[in-house]
Amino acid sequence: MSDNNPLNSDYNFHEPGRTFFRAYRPGDDFYQHLIDAHRDLSDAQSQKLNARLILLMANHIGDLAVLREAIAAAADDLGED
Amino acid sequence: MSLTYQNPVYEYARSPDQGAAQAVHHPVIVVGAGPIGMGAALDLGLHGVETLVLDDNNTVSVGSRAICFSKRALEVLDRLGCGERMVDKGVTWNVGKVFFRDELVTRFDLLPEPGHKMPAFINLQQYYLEEYMVERLNEFDNIELRWNNKVIAVDDSAEQTRVSVETPDGVYDMTCDWLIVADGANSDLRAMLGLESTGKVFEDRFLIADIVMKADFPPERWFNFDPSYHRGQSTLLHRQADNVWRLDFQLGWDKDPNEEKKPENIIPRVRAMLGDDVEFELEWASVYTFQCRRMPRFRKGSVLFTGDAAHQVSPFGARGANSGIQDTDNLAWKLKLVMDGKAPSRLLDSYCEERELAADENIMNSTRSTDFITPKSNTSRQFRDATLELSKRFDFARELTNSGRLSDTTVLNDSSLNSPDDGEFDSLLVAGAVMADAPVKGGSTDWLLNAFGNRFQVILYIDDIDAFERTTLDALRAMQDDAIPVETVVVYRSGESPAGIDALCDVKGMIAERYDARDGSAYLIRPDQHIAARMRAAGVDKIRQAVARATAQQ
Repeated sequence: MSDNNPLNSDYNFHEPGRTFFRAYRPGDDFYQHLIDAHRDLSDAQSQKLNARLILLMANHIGDLAVLREAIAAAADDLGED
Repeated sequence: MSLTYQNPVYEYARSPDQGAAQAVHHPVIVVGAGPIGMGAALDLGLHGVETLVLDDNNTVSVGSRAICFSKRALEVLDRLGCGERMVDKGVTWNVGKVFFRDELVTRFDLLPEPGHKMPAFINLQQYYLEEYMVERLNEFDNIELRWNNKVIAVDDSAEQTRVSVETPDGVYDMTCDWLIVADGANSDLRAMLGLESTGKVFEDRFLIADIVMKADFPPERWFNFDPSYHRGQSTLLHRQADNVWRLDFQLGWDKDPNEEKKPENIIPRVRAMLGDDVEFELEWASVYTFQCRRMPRFRKGSVLFTGDAAHQVSPFGARGANSGIQDTDNLAWKLKLVMDGKAPSRLLDSYCEERELAADENIMNSTRSTDFITPKSNTSRQFRDATLELSKRFDFARELTNSGRLSDTTVLNDSSLNSPDDGEFDSLLVAGAVMADAPVKGGSTDWLLNAFGNRFQVILYIDDIDAFERTTLDALRAMQDDAIPVETVVVYRSGESPAGIDALCDVKGMIAERYDARDGSAYLIRPDQHIAARMRAAGVDKIRQAVARATAQQ
C-alpha cells in the first residue's frame, strides 16, 4: 500500500490473537464463511445479502479515497453483457 | 495395459500357519499392503516389532493412482528407507500455475526457501512407491508379507483378535494382539467390524487420463479454470516419471462414466487440450467421483484404522496417501511403547486425537478446494470467477485462488502430548509441529532430519561449542538409560566440535533461525520427528516430565 494508492490490495486476512500456521488459512476461512452465508439462498436473496454486505463493509472502511478506488477497481474490465 | 510399467507378480506362498492345529498367534497383523499398510509394517519393523502383512492381491497398484508425494511424506519415507529412491525416480516440482480462461493468473512456489533435503513435492506413480516398499520390507527379518491372503472374517470380542484368511489353499485362522487396518477407502474390515465412515459425497465426475508423450512442458502443476477447450469445467496437467503425464478433466455429474472411459471419447479431449500435433499414447484412464468422510473414531479396542480406511478426501491437494503415511508415522512408536508396557494403552487414544484432527483439517481444506473448483450455485460461481479475474491484477486475490491447497502437515499445537513452552520463543515450530529440516555438518548426515526419528531425542543448542560446559550434557546423557531412553543431540553454531562429543554444526544458521534456537535452548523430539516441548534452558527434570506427558503417563 503506497500513499497515492490508498486501497490495500495485499493479502490482508487475519484475526487478532490467533496464530495461523498456513498463509492461505485466514483467507480460506473468510471465503468459506462467505459461501456458507449464501448456501440455500435464492439468487434474489443472495443479491440482497451482497448489497447489504457491501454497505456494511463500506461504512466500516469509511475512508472515501479507499472506497473510490475500490469501486473503480471493481468496475474495471467488466466485459460484455 | 500400461505402456511404461509392468506390474510385478508376487508369488503366493503357503505359510506353515495354514496347517497348524491351532490358530497361530502374531503380535501385530496389518491388513492391506498398500503404501499405508507397508508404511505401518516398515515403521514397526524399525522398532523391532514382529509384524505380519496380509494382502488380498499379488501385485502393486494397478494404474498410477496417487502420484503426488509431499515433502513430509517423503521425510517419513526417508526415515523408513524409501525416500531417496522416490526422489531419484520421481519428478521434482515446487511450482504451480493457475490459468483462467487460458490466461495465467497466478503462480505459486511451494518451497520458496532453500535448506531442506526433500523437495516440496515429487510426482511418481503409486506402483513405484509400493514396489520400493516391498523391496524394503524384504530386508527386514521381523516383517512378513503374505500375498493372496484375503481377510474374510474378524472377531474382536475376545482379548486376542481372530482373523479368518482366504487363500488359494483354503481358509485359515490366526490371532493377534493388535490389528492395523489399511485396506483402503472401501475397507472390508471396517464393514466387518460394523463401523462406518461418514461425510459428504460430491456430485461431480472427473476423468483421469494418463498419457505417454514427449513434451517439454516444465515439471509444474498447471491448473486451468474454464479453459476454452473445456468450457465451464476445469483441467489439470501434471508430469510423472517415464514421460507419463496426468491429465484431469472435470466432467460434470450428468456424464456417463462408462462412455467417458472409452478411448474414442478420451482422445478428442486430450487433443483439444494439448493440440492436434502432439503425439501421445493413452496409458491409463479412470472416471471417478469422490467423498470427504471419516470414521468417528480411528480406534476400536486393539483395532487401529489408518489411511483411506479411516478417512477419505477429494483428490485436490494430494491429501490422501500423504496423510495416510503420516498416520502410521504417528501410530507405530506409540504402539511399540504400549506393547512394551512402557506407556499406557491410552497413548493410542492420542493417535486418534492427533490424526482425527489432521483428518478434519485435510477434509476441510479439500472440501474448500472442491467448492472453489466446482462451485455449487450461481453466487458461488460469481465469487469464484470474480476472485480469478481480480487475481490478474491484485495480490490478495491470488492468495484466495484455490486450485487445491496442497498437502501440508497439521500442526498438533493443542495435542495433549505437548508440554507448554518454558520461556519465550519466536517461531512457528511450536510443540506439536513437525521439525523443520536444515543443513548440518558432522555426524553421518548432511541433514538435520536424518539424525532424528525412531526414539525420543533432545536437541541441545549451543552457540559456541568451544565455550561449552559439559555439565549440562553429562546430566542429559543420563537419560539415555531411562525406561524410555532419551538421546541428546548437541547442535552448535560455531567452533570446533571437541573429541568425544557427537555434535552437529548448524552450518548455515538455519536451525537458529527456524527454531529461534539460542545458546542453551532445548527441544524434545518425538520418534515421529514432532516437537513435544521446547525450553530456553535444558533441564533433566523438565525433559523427563515432557517425555512422561508425550507418552500419556500424566
